[in-house]
Amino acid sequence: MENLKQILADALNAVAASETESALDDVRVHYLGKKGALTALLKQLGNVSAEDRPKFGQLVNEAKGQVQEKITERKGKLAKAALDAKLATETIDISLSGKGQEIGGLHPVTRTMERIENFFRGIGFDVAAGPEIEDDYHNFEALNIPAHHPARAMQDTFYFNPTTVLRTHTSPVQVRTMETSQPPIRIICPGRVYRCDSDQTHTPMFHQVEGLLIDENISFADLKGILQQFLNVFFEDDLKVRFRPSYFPFTEPSIEVDIMRTNSKGEESWLEVLGCGMVHPKVLEMSGIDSEKYTGFAFGMGVERFAMLRYKVDDLRMFFENDLRFLKQFK
Amino acid sequence: MKISENWLREWVNPSINSDDLVTQITLAGLEVDEVLPVAAEFSGVVVGEIISAEPHPNADKLQVCQVSDGAEQFQVVCGAPNARAGIKIPFAKIGAVLGADFKIKKAKLRQVESFGMLCSASELGVSDDNDGIMELPSEAQAGDDFRAFLGLDDQIIDVDLTPNRSDCLSLAGLAREVGVLNKVDVTPVSVVAADVTIDDVFSVRVDASEACPRYLGRVIRGVNVTAKTPLWMSEKLRRSGIRSIDPIVDITNYVMLELGQPMHAFDLAHLSQSVVVRMAKENEKIVLLDGQEISLREDTLVIADEKAPLAIAGVMGGEGSGVNAATQDILLESAFFTPLALAGKARSYGLHTDSSHRFERGVDATLQEKAIERATALVLEIAGGQVGPIVREEAPASLPEAAVVTLRRKKLDQYLAISIDKDLVTDILTRLGLEMIEVTDEAWVTKAPSHRFDIAIEADLIEEVARIYGYDNLPSSMPQAAVNFTPQSESKTPIQALRSVLVAQGYQEAITYSFIDPVLSKQFLPDIEPVPLANPISADMGVMRPSLIPGLVKAYLHNQNRQQSRVRLFETGRRFVGTVDALDELDQQQQISGLIAGSRDSEAWYHNSDKVDFYDLKAHVDALFDLNDGRQPTYERSQCEFLHPGRSADVFVDGEFVGILGELHPQLSKTLGANQPLYVFDIALAAVLDAKLPEYKAISKFPEVRRDLALLVDRSVPVADLEKVISETAGEAFKGVLVFDIYQGQGIDETKKSVALGLTWQHPSHTLSDEEVNNSVETIVAALAEKLGAVVRG
Repeated sequence: MENLKQILADALNAVAASETESALDDVRVHYLGKKGALTALLKQLGNVSAEDRPKFGQLVNEAKGQVQEKITERKGKLAKAALDAKLATETIDISLSGKGQEIGGLHPVTRTMERIENFFRGIGFDVAAGPEIEDDYHNFEALNIPAHHPARAMQDTFYFNPTTVLRTHTSPVQVRTMETSQPPIRIICPGRVYRCDSDQTHTPMFHQVEGLLIDENISFADLKGILQQFLNVFFEDDLKVRFRPSYFPFTEPSIEVDIMRTNSKGEESWLEVLGCGMVHPKVLEMSGIDSEKYTGFAFGMGVERFAMLRYKVDDLRMFFENDLRFLKQFK
Repeated sequence: MKISENWLREWVNPSINSDDLVTQITLAGLEVDEVLPVAAEFSGVVVGEIISAEPHPNADKLQVCQVSDGAEQFQVVCGAPNARAGIKIPFAKIGAVLGADFKIKKAKLRQVESFGMLCSASELGVSDDNDGIMELPSEAQAGDDFRAFLGLDDQIIDVDLTPNRSDCLSLAGLAREVGVLNKVDVTPVSVVAADVTIDDVFSVRVDASEACPRYLGRVIRGVNVTAKTPLWMSEKLRRSGIRSIDPIVDITNYVMLELGQPMHAFDLAHLSQSVVVRMAKENEKIVLLDGQEISLREDTLVIADEKAPLAIAGVMGGEGSGVNAATQDILLESAFFTPLALAGKARSYGLHTDSSHRFERGVDATLQEKAIERATALVLEIAGGQVGPIVREEAPASLPEAAVVTLRRKKLDQYLAISIDKDLVTDILTRLGLEMIEVTDEAWVTKAPSHRFDIAIEADLIEEVARIYGYDNLPSSMPQAAVNFTPQSESKTPIQALRSVLVAQGYQEAITYSFIDPVLSKQFLPDIEPVPLANPISADMGVMRPSLIPGLVKAYLHNQNRQQSRVRLFETGRRFVGTVDALDELDQQQQISGLIAGSRDSEAWYHNSDKVDFYDLKAHVDALFDLNDGRQPTYERSQCEFLHPGRSADVFVDGEFVGILGELHPQLSKTLGANQPLYVFDIALAAVLDAKLPEYKAISKFPEVRRDLALLVDRSVPVADLEKVISETAGEAFKGVLVFDIYQGQGIDETKKSVALGLTWQHPSHTLSDEEVNNSVETIVAALAEKLGAVVRG
């Protein structure tokens, strides 16, 4: 009996002292193997008195079980420690950059145009497109800008021949839409437009988004409401906006919209951002829409101007240089 | 139009300050572009009189002047050649400040003391004239403050008038508008008919009465053209941006600014028999006031005498017939030319004058007599002379008639979404000069005044009411409309998604000009005649791009020159192919195009410095087609002249050519200065917009079997041909083939390449046996051998 206690204590110590799986295996063989110390005790069972025999057998088996349990436990610990040690050697510098393709980005003009489009799509406008080389009927005549009209001097036009131009606005798309559909019409027309002008603040090509809403009972108030809200949403600000009488041949009344800007010195000034107005009855009639029954409004904005205001770009010409150091700033 | 605020206030003087006045005008639709001081900032300058001027003892070009300020005399050294005894000049005394901080101090110039400075007009910012010191009229009082003397505490209001408001292209017009806005009276200049003192007339014949329904002429004899234009007049002209020339020209300009009627004065001595208003003869010549000779067209209205044209009507006078230093007798012209007759004419000759600007937009057709009387009075006052009677040629039928326009209450309310009080509407319209023919609860029947020929329809009256009521005072609301879904087709890919595909591949979006250099266009596409602009902004933007690639290559070069060697750019936009003579057939197709160059990845710690190649580009193009499983492209070797013949492909979908991709031709690349290979694609946008609505197919529960094949085949055989034969012969359970290795070189025949393929089968309803698969492989190998001469590598 004393012997069993001693063997058990030695075995447990040996298990605890094993630092490797093979050492632990040696311990297992030494105590639990066929010739192991505890196995040997069982072989001595015949020497024990018949009445003590069951008890002794049970004690030895319990001791074996206890040793086996400790071995399993120890083994698990050793395996985990070995794995931990292995993983520790595999540690990498997680501060290094990821591998592969870095992301590109959209042009700020496109980004701005999509933002404007999304706002108007959200309130039920469709997006319409049309040709950039236009006939003078769609670019001028149908918009109440007849051949002799001084408005043709206002916007210096690129000509191919006397009746073919590069569109000076996206309004021809509105005309084409009115020609082929009846109210209610709600469209916006984003795209490239061209004017014969090139200096610090003008590029011969730029982008516009124009909009048109025609329905029964559309009023000046609707125009004011939509554009005021649009400006607030676009700039994410509660802007001071003013509506100022102006002149466009295709609208009557015509309006220019200014927003209040504050510069770095805190000085306020008005800045024109939109042209708009109630669609001129002649324009409706020319495209086959009953101007007694329907009214509507149209508006137009320069995308570059919105992009400049939004992203604080101070040089218009950057938009068309396609300098990666510029483009990469917009993502 | 530039106008002095003080002058405006002589006519109408509302009790609001300058800033409010400017805002008010702007908000009434007469946009003020800028407000400028009439002179530079300065103080301490008085009217001085030069008492004596002696040569400087130590300098040839300087004089020593004694200058009086009315009380004391000061010694001033002056370099102006026109400094002389007896003249009055602006005198900056010690302590005067010119500009922001130029302080006049006692000085010594070559050993002679100087107490102050005699000023030129440009030094005081009252003109560009830097030719000596400014000479003031003799009635100027020495000692008077110079600013007060010239009335310089004034500002120039520059109004940018829209083309419909030519009625405000005059002081009278602006004053009228300010009067309406402030409900204050306007004091117009009084015009009294001059006493006719001689009988002399010069006959006038109008042959083109439709273009010139009214022509007034008047002879004035014995004018003194050497008389000096009074300072009050030349200063008003200056503040409106008009240079003083001689008293007669100044007076015609002054009346134009004051009343809005452009006028002209001829030297009577140079006119032959009578004035004839007619259309020009084709190629008739005229030398204009500015010295240039113009060859006229027959659509141009001219003022002629019996011999030759004297002036382009309403645009510019001729050199030979104008007032000059020797002129004694003049013929004053005050005419009405119809806007339609003059529209665009000045511009067509490259001209633009204050006169043409007004006539094209429209002049009040009732103004001519008033203007000629006003001018006559001023001529008599300034240059003297004997006045003849007015000769008048009129064609009443061709004169514009005042429009009768009805404004309905219902329309007004509907347009503005507010019901403005009847009396207020009547008051606004009346103050604007409209005659009320009839006013009821339902409508206002009005007649527009002669100066408001822009008012023609009901909407014009609505605008007038809205404008004076104030746009900012009108209500604002959101339109009411039925909720409606817009169709959203799933068989079309939004362009935004395609852009995102390229952005995810590291592309930056570019926007290049739609017009390019014709030379560049020819370098890329020698056989395409690009569409030329008639009036390009510059030669290198002369034609519409037939492809987006030249623009992208230029953008690449811009970046290459700025040390950006890894470039990925794309653009969407139209290309233009064809001719504008057949506009309907002109190809203005939308393209999606890209360019890549440089290393595959950005330079980084993991050392992947591989350069991009054709296959990178092809993957990007495939991705565009693959997105939403659109139509599948096929690739054929390309003949595109700007691409590398061996590394380029034409792209087809359903047999239709839709674009190209490949390496830019090395020769072209070199010519343009690219320092590495460029890879470009250019695809019709429509071809990649198609999308397929996904449809689920059951997934087989049975295992997939793979067999690998290594084939030796002629180098010239495209792998796609192998794949085609395999998929045609592999049987119904065939799933697909992939290429996992290509080898050519050492160890194999130099005309051959080795292609390693992985083939997979999977049957929907049973596990494939070895035998089934082996049979398939045998069939495939036999077909490959027969059709393409491919042999399995041992």
